[in-house]
Amino acid sequence: MQRKITFKQAINEAMAQEMARDESVIAMGEDNVGGRGGEGEMDAWGGVLGVTKGLYGKFGDRIIDTPISESAFIGAAVGAAACGLRPVAELMFVDFLGVCFDQIFNQAAKFRYMFGGKAVTPVVIRTMFGAGFRAAAQHSQCLYSIFTHIPGLKCVVPSTPYDAKGLLIASIRDNDPVIFFEHKLLYGLEGEVPEESFTIPFGEANIVREGNDVTVVAIGRMVHMALQAAEDLAKEGIECEIIDPRTTSPLDEETILESVANTGRLVVVDESHPRCNMATDIAALAAQKAFGDLKAPVSMVCAPHTPVPFSDALEDLYIPSPAKVKAAVNGVVEYAK
Amino acid sequence: MTTELNKQSLQNAYLSMRRIREFEERVHVEFATGEIPGFVHLYAGEEASATGVIMHLRSEDYLASTHRGHGHCIAKGLDVRTMMAEIYGKKPGICGGKGGSMHVADLHLGMMGANGIVGGGGPLICGAALAAKIKRTDNVAVCFFGDGASNQGTILESLNLASVWRLPAIFVAENNGYAESTAARWAVATGNIADRAAAFDMPGAIVDGHDFFAVYESAGEAIGRARSGGGPSLIEVKVNRYFGHFEGDQQTYRGVDEVKKIRETKDCLMLFRQRVTKQGLLTGKELDQFDEQVRGEIEDAVAFAKAAPKPQASDLLTDVYVAYA
Repeated sequence: MQRKITFKQAINEAMAQEMARDESVIAMGEDNVGGRGGEGEMDAWGGVLGVTKGLYGKFGDRIIDTPISESAFIGAAVGAAACGLRPVAELMFVDFLGVCFDQIFNQAAKFRYMFGGKAVTPVVIRTMFGAGFRAAAQHSQCLYSIFTHIPGLKCVVPSTPYDAKGLLIASIRDNDPVIFFEHKLLYGLEGEVPEESFTIPFGEANIVREGNDVTVVAIGRMVHMALQAAEDLAKEGIECEIIDPRTTSPLDEETILESVANTGRLVVVDESHPRCNMATDIAALAAQKAFGDLKAPVSMVCAPHTPVPFSDALEDLYIPSPAKVKAAVNGVVEYAK
Repeated sequence: MTTELNKQSLQNAYLSMRRIREFEERVHVEFATGEIPGFVHLYAGEEASATGVIMHLRSEDYLASTHRGHGHCIAKGLDVRTMMAEIYGKKPGICGGKGGSMHVADLHLGMMGANGIVGGGGPLICGAALAAKIKRTDNVAVCFFGDGASNQGTILESLNLASVWRLPAIFVAENNGYAESTAARWAVATGNIADRAAAFDMPGAIVDGHDFFAVYESAGEAIGRARSGGGPSLIEVKVNRYFGHFEGDQQTYRGVDEVKKIRETKDCLMLFRQRVTKQGLLTGKELDQFDEQVRGEIEDAVAFAKAAPKPQASDLLTDVYVAYA
């Protein structure tokens, strides 16, 4: 059996291997090292949840602490990328996009096109997302759909340690701006990950589980919700095919459409709000390109259209659960047996 | 003043300023015919600022500009023919007709782009300066911004970041008195933008933007300091624009004869000519010849731009990651 590491370790390892391989790779963010300017230790934090811990010891000043000043340092990462470096900048929580979005969607995303193909912007913005941490409305959102909407950005949402490592290495080597979404509840998840460096190409979905009855497209942490539901459903004789797109931009339409052609039923599980999100996008894809294959209307399992609540009693209701996935699958099966 | 400018440098300075002036005055005329699409913000009146700063830069030095960016681009050595074609939205334009007036850029010449977002360049320049530092070069990065942008968080954050990281960055505030139609004397809480330098622990200087020599000297100090590891500086260039915020602006917010008086008493080209001829550095005849040369260049650029083809439908989907058909 291969070595097992956590999702968090996989990200750290991907960064370390790329920084060792390519001197132009740097990392920056709030407390990425931690302790700078104080009287105590350096590398005190290694990122607010310790993802970059230890990189300072290996790479010194190529891992750079920033003031809490997202506009300036996210923009600086973009500028440095346009000037020959490959920065991996950390936007601590994706909720903070509100204080630096201009630098991402008006600057980074536009350079290549707006400058007639004469600029490359190989920047990676790593960012935490997702509910379930009791972190309330401004530290829990699931906002990849907003970034997916912007031409020029690539959006990566890994669900396993293996995918996190391979996709992050691919992100760092990519010449376009990449937004890399890390669900904070997946950091502790263990999985088999090769020690050697490897990449996973963008736009290639992973068929997490094969099945002939219902196609379930799930993203990020929702892949695991879908897997739990699928195990229960299998006992009832319903076999789900679970597809993890892994990147929302580019989106692997083909794998989704092939599966729907086989099953005739589609459920999309997306932790984001139910308007203009990946679920509506994938539902529209099926409506446009798989209409004839569908035996039942597409079903969406999403968070409600509310801010993320604090109380665990409410937050647990907010997050799409295996039970909700199961109900949705049963619904599309019942619709046309 | 210890400005050391040889004859060649003086000629280059005059040519740069005259080229910007001619370019902008011609765009002003051509815009009125309706042939130039979109928003165009002209730099005429501010030529000494771009020229006085950028004459200190090498092609490897980076520069971020503003929505009023033509002057910075020309001073950095961008080709006026392809710039003009870009402003006309034509295929041979410097950005293939995909950028336009507000996004003229040439990364190979260190020109990170005019920018449609007020204050957008500050963070980018921090990145360029960081790249210079990490690559252990002595390159520098210059951010031009206006009095409007001086109130933007991005600029204030960038000043702080540049100071904290001790970056080889120079922030040049071109205070032309108006952010769109709103006067800087109302919108900028401090009397001078340069006063804010103290808040970020960096040197601040105020210079007369009509005086090429003053700008050149002040910028030389700041850029020299940045190159030798002395960290960032803020320079406020007090200047005036001759045209509106954008073409079509009737400028009813300006005083009667305000621009006329400035043109008659402070015009940077006029002051430069007076000084160099009086001191016998260049002759009026030489300068007249440069005027003639530049008129030809811009005439040629306009003819080139007008005759150039527009982009084709197939260009729409290139230069971007397109995932969806």
